Formats: sequence, structure tokens, C-alpha cells
Amino acid sequence: MSTEQQFCTFFVDGLFFGVEVHKVQEVIRYQGMTGVPLAPAVVGGLINLRGQIVTAIDLRKRLAMSERQGGEQPMNVVVRTADGAVSLLVDEIGDVVEVADSTFEEAPDTLKGVGRDLIRGVYKLKERLLLLLDTERAIDIAGATRPV
Amino acid sequence: MDEMDDIIKEFLIESTEGLDQLDRDFVELEKTPDSKDLLASIFRSVHTIKGTGGILGFDKLAAVAHVGESMLSRMRDRKLSLNPRVTTALLSLVDALRKMLSSIEVTGAEGDGDYSDVVAAVTSILEGSADAATSPHAAAPAQCVAAGENPGSGDYAGGPKTPQQPAGDSMAVGAPGKSLPDKEVPAMASDAIQMQSDKHDALASSTIRVDVGLLDKVMNLVGELVLARNQVLQFTTTTKDTTFLRTAQRLNLITTELQEGVMKTRMQPIGNIWNKFPRVVRDLALGCAKQVRIDMDGADTELDKTIIEAIKDPLTHLVRNAVDHGIESPEQRKQAGKPLEGRLSLRAFHEGGQVNIEISDDGAGIDTERVKRKAIERGTITSDHASRMSEREALNLIFLPGLTTAERVTNVSGRGVGMDVVKTNIEKIGGMVDVQSTAGRGTTLKIKIPLTLAIIPALIVTSGKERFAIPQVSLLELVRLEGPDAIASIEDIGGAPVYRLRGNLLPLVDLNRELGLPDSATDGGKAQLVNIVVLQADDRQFGLVVDEINDTEEIVVKPLGKQLKGLACFAGATIMGDGQVALILDILGIAQMANVVAELRSHAVTEHAAKNAESTGNRDTWLLFTVGEDRRMATQLSSVSRLEEIPVNLIERSGDAEVVQYRQHIMPLIRVSTLLNRPSAQKDAERVQVIVFAQGGNYIGLIVDEIVDIVEQQISLERCGQPMGVSGSAVIQQRVTDVLDLDMIIAGTGMKSAMSAPQGV
Repeated sequence: MSTEQQFCTFFVDGLFFGVEVHKVQEVIRYQGMTGVPLAPAVVGGLINLRGQIVTAIDLRKRLAMSERQGGEQPMNVVVRTADGAVSLLVDEIGDVVEVADSTFEEAPDTLKGVGRDLIRGVYKLKERLLLLLDTERAIDIAGATRPV
Repeated sequence: MDEMDDIIKEFLIESTEGLDQLDRDFVELEKTPDSKDLLASIFRSVHTIKGTGGILGFDKLAAVAHVGESMLSRMRDRKLSLNPRVTTALLSLVDALRKMLSSIEVTGAEGDGDYSDVVAAVTSILEGSADAATSPHAAAPAQCVAAGENPGSGDYAGGPKTPQQPAGDSMAVGAPGKSLPDKEVPAMASDAIQMQSDKHDALASSTIRVDVGLLDKVMNLVGELVLARNQVLQFTTTTKDTTFLRTAQRLNLITTELQEGVMKTRMQPIGNIWNKFPRVVRDLALGCAKQVRIDMDGADTELDKTIIEAIKDPLTHLVRNAVDHGIESPEQRKQAGKPLEGRLSLRAFHEGGQVNIEISDDGAGIDTERVKRKAIERGTITSDHASRMSEREALNLIFLPGLTTAERVTNVSGRGVGMDVVKTNIEKIGGMVDVQSTAGRGTTLKIKIPLTLAIIPALIVTSGKERFAIPQVSLLELVRLEGPDAIASIEDIGGAPVYRLRGNLLPLVDLNRELGLPDSATDGGKAQLVNIVVLQADDRQFGLVVDEINDTEEIVVKPLGKQLKGLACFAGATIMGDGQVALILDILGIAQMANVVAELRSHAVTEHAAKNAESTGNRDTWLLFTVGEDRRMATQLSSVSRLEEIPVNLIERSGDAEVVQYRQHIMPLIRVSTLLNRPSAQKDAERVQVIVFAQGGNYIGLIVDEIVDIVEQQISLERCGQPMGVSGSAVIQQRVTDVLDLDMIIAGTGMKSAMSAPQGV
């Protein structure tokens, strides 16, 4: 008997990611964002979440992926962190899935770059692979690149 | 385990509050040593700490509290009367308790501090008091307590209002069996205490503790509700549905009330921080052998919690300063013919949407000449500058950093210690500090602070298509340059743009460039319009060039997430009426980024003074005015103290001279037109324009017809047969202008001797 966990899933540049459901505060549609000059490039902007100002982090930029196409509007996955809510900008929202711990495997060593730090492991689902995102690291952008 | 933690936390909060209350009660008790309800309150606080501490297993704490309790019970029973030795022992006991409590808070244990000396001090008093019980004082025949009155309640009710009778006759416990039945008296004493605690319980049950984080959350939600309400109200203009309109109206009212209510929950009386002052003052006064009485007025004035926190240290500093440096020793006071006991008074009140706090003492005041000398010694100002300084400017020198150490070393009029820090901290929360002082009479520090930090007035500007909020506190003025000529007046010093603002160079900072935003207006060539926001950062002024200036608005300040904390140029963010987020600029941060305030603050004044000194040779700033029909005259702006408009009916006569009462001085007035034998163009005006010059603390006023302009220009003085009072003529602004010979005017009117005479104290 293996235990099961629930994950909130989403897509970023074709990859299928998951975040533990209890870490997600809410999922909201695209919101108008206010850009923050001089901030690291991974900061997409600030959104107004019912009176609370939340920093949105663009996961494509965070994962050093290609830019989102012009017309596409990202969705916000608002996660709870020790320092308040932070929004992750993703391409598309998936379902909440329940996966067995037994399907978990460490990320392969061939995974290089930023992904190596941010992906905690892989759940082998039937149809595809679910990448487990380390949210704490994803929002820790102290070391992230500054705009040139 | 969690539950246990909660209990301990609760215990800590309660005990700390209890100890704060104790500090106040003790000092109060020294004044009214017989007040039974005070003793009861003190006893109860210590007893609670002992009891709860014991239950929670803090034995050391309980032991220390226990001896305190024994001593207090003796006092309550009149076996021990209060004297400074007892008070000191009790206060050190409270300190010991406090130390243990804070240790519990941090480490969870009482710590290994040794409090046996405290215990010993108390015990020795306790043992000594055995004799005291038989001393004539306590053994005085105890008279019956107000015959016929209900024992206990009657006596208790009388307690706080009427001054107590001498110790011996109110409570007879100290001398049992003298005239009252043994049992009745102890019963009465406990009755009083019982009643007190009933009252206390009633008070306690009407309030609850709320986490500040929760209040902040509620406040946020209310802010959001206000926005939603605004959107609903906007919608009402497009519909005629009466039910909807009525509902919207109700929503409007309720939201407004809710907002006010929630704001109130964050307000705290300033008394919360003042409470500690009697103790601070007492200790400090004892330490430097002074007698100081502290008066507090307006302790219930309410302020936002965050502001209360922010002003706590500056206020404590000012109070300490007043006792340490302001109030003189009893001998000095005696010599000066003042009461031996110095007075320190704290006053707080609301005025014009702001909170005013005044801290005044009746001490020696600030010797401005001395402050000036110190500043000159330290090279902060030049002696030339100092001689031209007004009294007020000189007083404000105490806020300069660096002056402090010098003053502290000499320890004469003092008042310099860390005043720059006080000023900085007050200004950080959008407040102002001002100092007034009369030599020999005392000093008053006036502080103005906003009611709340959460909502501030701000100027909204647009730059690079984004909106930014600039806190109004830093805003000085707005300058709009339109048309090619005006824009050409922006000059360039090796790549650094500057603008001449009334003769002074104003460094310009382009917000778009600083923030790396796209240049929106300038398409290749020069823009047709330049908006300059003149701002104050520290002691420097600079102009921030923005694309558009929108409006002023009250904004709700919200913090930025941890990810953006590193950006010095933003102080936070706010939500605009349309629900979008706008960033709040940190003016100091931007100034630092643009190297406007790279140097230390104290340099500003030095440089200003140096500029004045150097420029006399070549460039100078001139105040232009007219006397008579179109006769233009000029005087150096640096020598001018102020420009005033004085109603003619305030001008009085003293001998042949015209005088006016000005800042508690009699200021002689000189009509420049009379001096130069020229008819004044404005004979029947109701008000006259007066240029005020200050010399050595005295003022002299020149009446002129009209103030024209201020220019910075290099002039070459030509002398050819000028009348008295004119040192020469020059071409200023393409016009022939006579330059006033101030020294001659003063000498000629016989004022020189009066003005150079040493003044008063």
C-alpha cells in the first residue's frame, strides 16, 4: 500500500509541473500587472490580490525557457510561502491529480541548468511525466539574473 | 506542548503589562504613599506573577516575587512605610522580574542570573521593619475609621479622592487590638482588594487581545471593499433601478463606517509609551541629583500602532535629554530664582489631521551662541554664516550630526546628543521636529506626526507609461517648462543636467533613465514639455523629471514582497482607484542612486556657507526691490533674514524712529525711500514690504516698495557720487540697479551700537 498525494498541475512551455495542493492558495486568471523597473527579469510584475500586493514570478523566465508568445496570457498560481503569497505565472492550468508515492523518482542526472535546482523529482504518470516543482526555490530569486 | 506554549505566552504578555503598570504605580506611590488602591494594585500585580510563575514551574521567579509580595503586604498592612530605600528595593525587584520574564520569552527558562542581592535587600528591609512596626509612627493610636461608615467600602471609596490621613490612623493592622476589634480590620483590607479586583475583572472582560496581523488583514480587506464599493457606485449612474440604488447607498454608508471602525482598532493612546517616562525620569533625576516633576497632558491622544512604535525611542531620547541637560541642578535653579523642582511637561493633542507632541522643560534653555561656536569649531558652518544666522536657524543647528559629541563633552547646555537621529527617525515617518528655546527659561520641542502611516498623501506621476506615487512629505514644488526656450534653459555640466531655480542650481534626475524605462516623450529631438518635480532628500534638493504629473491622492501604503526588498528606489506599492498597482518611489533611494546625496548630510550646510563666502568675489545672489518710481535696488540675499509683509497699523513709534514688534523684539524700521530722499511710490498702502536683516540676534527692517526678484549674477560695482546708503550701481537684469550699503545704513541710523551690544543672557 502506498500513500497518495494531491498535486495542482500546470504547463510551462510544454512541460507538465505539479505543486502540492496544500501549498496552493488559489489559481486565478490573467490579471493586469504593474512592471517593476530594475527588478530581476524573472519578476513579471505586481498584481492586486484583493488588496494584497503580490509579486508574480514568470516561471518561463525562472526556468530559462523561451519567451511566451505575444498573444498568450499567463495564469497565476498563487502559492503560500513563509513570506506571504507569491504568484507563479504559468501557461495553462491542469487538473488536480492524485499520484502514488511509489511512482516518484529523482530527477535524472542528465537534467542540467536551473531545472536541476528547481525540480525536486518526477512522478511517472500513465500518459506523461509530472515534474515536482520546488516552490521555495522557485521564488527565491536572490541569485536570479538581473536585466542587462 | 503547543497549549503550554500558549499559556506561557499569555503569562508573559500579562506579566509584562503588569510590570509596566507597576513602574507607574511605584512612582505615583512615592507622591501619595498612603494610597490604598495603589498598594492594592501593586500587590495584585506581584501576586499574580508569583502565583502563575509558580504554577508554570518558574521557581526562581516565584521566589523573587514572593519576597516582594511579603514586603508589599507589610506595606499594605501599614507595618512598613514607604521611603526611598523601600522604593528602590521594589524597583530593583521589578527589574529582576522583568529580566527573568524576558529570559523566559527568549530561551524558555528563567536564566541563570543571580538575584540574591535583590532578595537580600528586600529581606533586610523586612527584618528592619519589625522595629518599624513598633515605631511611634505605626504605633500611633489608631483611630476608628470614619465612624458609622460601612467598613471597607466606605473607606475604600474615599481612598482615591480624599487625601489620606497620616499613616497611623487609617488602617490599624499595624497596631492590632488598639481600638478596633481585631478581625474587622483585616477583613476591611481584603474587602478593598476584593472590590478592586472585581472592578479589574469587569474591565478585563470587556476587552480582548487581537493579533495585529489579523487587524492588518481586516484592514486590507476593508481597503478592497472600498474599491469594490467605488465600482458599484460608478455603476449606479447608468441604472435607474431604485432598489439597486438604495442598496448601493446603504453599501456606501456601511463601508465608510466599517472603514472608520477598522482604522480605530489600530489606534493606541500615546499614554502607552508615556507610561514608562515617570520611571525613566525618576531614575535619571536620582542619578544626576536633580529634582524633576513630570506632567503629562493628553495621554489619551490616539495614534496608529506603527507610529507609536516608531516614536517610542525618539521620545524617550528627548525626555532623557531634557532631564540630563535641560533641567539644572537644584543649586543652579536656586540661584536662578526658580523652584528647586524642575518641571518636564509632555503634551499631546490632535490638530489639523496631525498629532502634535510637545516636550518642554523649564531648564536652562539652549545657548545659541554656544551652539554656533561649536558648529564653527567643527567646521559645520563658517563664522560669517553664523553671524548672519537667525535665532531659529541657530537653534536648528542642534539637529546637525557631529555637533552632538562636542556638546556632550562640554556638557554645558547639552541637548545635542543624538538629536540628528531623533530628527531622522521622526522625518522617516513623515513628521517634523521643531525646537524653541529661551535662554534661562527652558526649551520646548514640538513634534508633528501624521495620524497613521498606512494612508499618506502622495503625488501621482506617470513615467514610461507606468504610474508612480511620490510621498508628499518630500515634495517641494512643481516646475513645468514649456516651449523650446524654456527647455533650452536646462543646462548641462559634463552630462549632468541642471536647471536654475531662482538662481540656485537644481540637479535634474530623469526618472525614465534612472529606472531604465523607455523614453516616451523624447523622439530623437528635444521634448516640448518638461515636468520637474522638485524634491527634498535629506538636505539636498533635486528635480525629478517625469513624463506627466497627474494628481495628488491619499494612498494606502503596502509593503513589497521579499523578492523586491532589495530595490532601494521603491518604498512600497499602493492600489489605485482602478484596482491597478502603482509603485511608491523612495525619494532618498532615488537620490542616492542618482548620486544626488552621495556626500554626508552635514556637508550640505558647509557647502552652502562656503558658497556664500566664495561667491562674494564673483557670483552672488541678489534680492531685487524697488524704491520710489521704478528705482531698482539690490541687496545680497545671503544677508537677508526674512521677507515680511507688515500691516501699517502695527507700526509704532519709539522716539523719532518707527518700530514694530517682531518675534519678541522691537525691530527698528527704516524707510529706504526716506533715507534716499525719494518719494515712495506706495504711500497709502495698507501693508508695507519689509526686508528683515538679523545681526547678533537683533533685527532691523527696511521698508521698500516692492520685492521684484531674486537673481544670481556677477556684478561689477561702479561708484560715482552715490547718496548715503548706496555702495554703488551695477547692471542687473539689463537694468541699472543701486546696491544697498547695509553697513552704512545701520551705522547711519545709529543702530550699530544698539545692535552690537551684547544681548541679555
